[in-house]
Amino acid sequence: MIATYANLIIQGILLGGLYAIFALGLSLSVGVMRFVNIAHGDFIVLVSFLLLTVATALHINVLLALLLVIPLTFAGGYLLQRVLLQRVIGQSVLLPLLVTFGLSIIVQNGLLEGFGADTHTLSAGSLDTSSLHIGSFYVGVLPVATFVLAVALVLGFDWLLYRSRIGANIRAVADDVAAADLIGLSSVRIYAIAMGIVGVTVAIAACFMGLRMNFDATSGPSRLLVAFEVVVLGGLGSLRGTLLGGIILGIAQTLGGQIDGAWQVLAGHLVFLVIFLLRPQGLLPRY
Amino acid sequence: MTSPTDAPLLSIEGLSVYYQQFRALHGIDIAVGPGEIVSIIGANGAGKSSLLKAIVAQVDRIEGRIRFAGEDIASRPTPAIVASGIALVPEGRRLFPSLTVEENLEIGRQIGRKGGGVGFAEIFDLFPVLRDKRRQPAGQLSGGQQQMVALGRALLTDPRLLLCDEISLGLAPTVVNDLYTLLLSINRRGIGVLLVEQDIRRSLAIASRFYCLLEGRISLAGRPGDFDRDTITRHYFGS
Repeated sequence: MIATYANLIIQGILLGGLYAIFALGLSLSVGVMRFVNIAHGDFIVLVSFLLLTVATALHINVLLALLLVIPLTFAGGYLLQRVLLQRVIGQSVLLPLLVTFGLSIIVQNGLLEGFGADTHTLSAGSLDTSSLHIGSFYVGVLPVATFVLAVALVLGFDWLLYRSRIGANIRAVADDVAAADLIGLSSVRIYAIAMGIVGVTVAIAACFMGLRMNFDATSGPSRLLVAFEVVVLGGLGSLRGTLLGGIILGIAQTLGGQIDGAWQVLAGHLVFLVIFLLRPQGLLPRY
Repeated sequence: MTSPTDAPLLSIEGLSVYYQQFRALHGIDIAVGPGEIVSIIGANGAGKSSLLKAIVAQVDRIEGRIRFAGEDIASRPTPAIVASGIALVPEGRRLFPSLTVEENLEIGRQIGRKGGGVGFAEIFDLFPVLRDKRRQPAGQLSGGQQQMVALGRALLTDPRLLLCDEISLGLAPTVVNDLYTLLLSINRRGIGVLLVEQDIRRSLAIASRFYCLLEGRISLAGRPGDFDRDTITRHYFGS
């Protein structure tokens, strides 16, 4: 009995790593750049399809395809911000919401048109099914690798944001856009770089989501919901909080799934609601 | 042929500044020589801040010419202007409050002239109090200390011309005295200063020349000693 629950909690923590990776990009754009990207989940799904296409076309492992796709998503994020999102940022809270909502619909329907409604998964070869035997527990190599990567990404992006020069620039623009422009620190350029960084997180999320879960053209919104809950649970602007939020949501879903299949998602939402009511600023708020 | 010493560092000819339909400056001419302190005085809304913002290309639209070190900068974007050697100390300091003192200063070094000779050590020598506070968020500092960070950030761009917008506003008189002493020592390094102030007495005391703005036009210009207080006051208020 105890072993069963201990095992479930371990699985939940590992799932939480994946959720943290989903949420990392949203955490950057909501918590630091202060705008909500409704299309975040759809971008993840879009890049999952891109990875699938690249890996299939070039006959390479999807992890290798990820390395090829990361520069593309950086450029994609950079251009998206520079060409489109920059026009609507800072004018009103509503405009970025509407524009990214529109993008979400375009991406979903574009994917439906191009790839149909079938569900897909990504495969990394033998990594998909191999497992580790630790004590009395069996854990998948892939979930463990995902979790380790999540921790590394959180620490890495935390360093990038709070210790590096580009991070200081991003926080400066988040503090006071007008002041940055006034003294000659181009906010347009900094926002574009920040969105490029978000693009990198989207590629990584797309890869590891595709390895763990099915995806189809319309699975973006459900990814967005998970990412949102994780960001809000963790606290805006805190990447470590995002990791913690992911773990809590992962454990809640895994334990809920033990009660009943239908409880898996519901338990996650309920835990989110309870924590949100008790601590609306999130667990480790930065602001 | 004019020798480089004769050529003004900054020369502005026929500058008009527009915010949509509103015209804040009406064809004004201003020059700042290398290493000179020039004061711009004028009442609220006279167009002083618009002038400084126009120089760093932060207004909607301008007409007229702005030349800096012999080059036309009127069509350049702000980062290029700052990188060519003009630094603004904005009104209200405009530091990034959540960034540490050091991070705020570092941004100055990053946006400034490349290969510049100004380092952190010099800034901390000028403002010793900042050395101990360099890891604190800038928002936690006192007003005077924040003004020092704003000045330090501008100096780290290694400017040839410093634009100061109301640096004494809201600060205690003793702090203002210290800042003005520092401004003089900054100027002695050969950095030109364009000083915008509402406080006539203090800014005229250190300026070699001044321009008085009234409703977007120059109402009086010359050396501070050339006019008595009444004349200046009359052109300041336009009565």
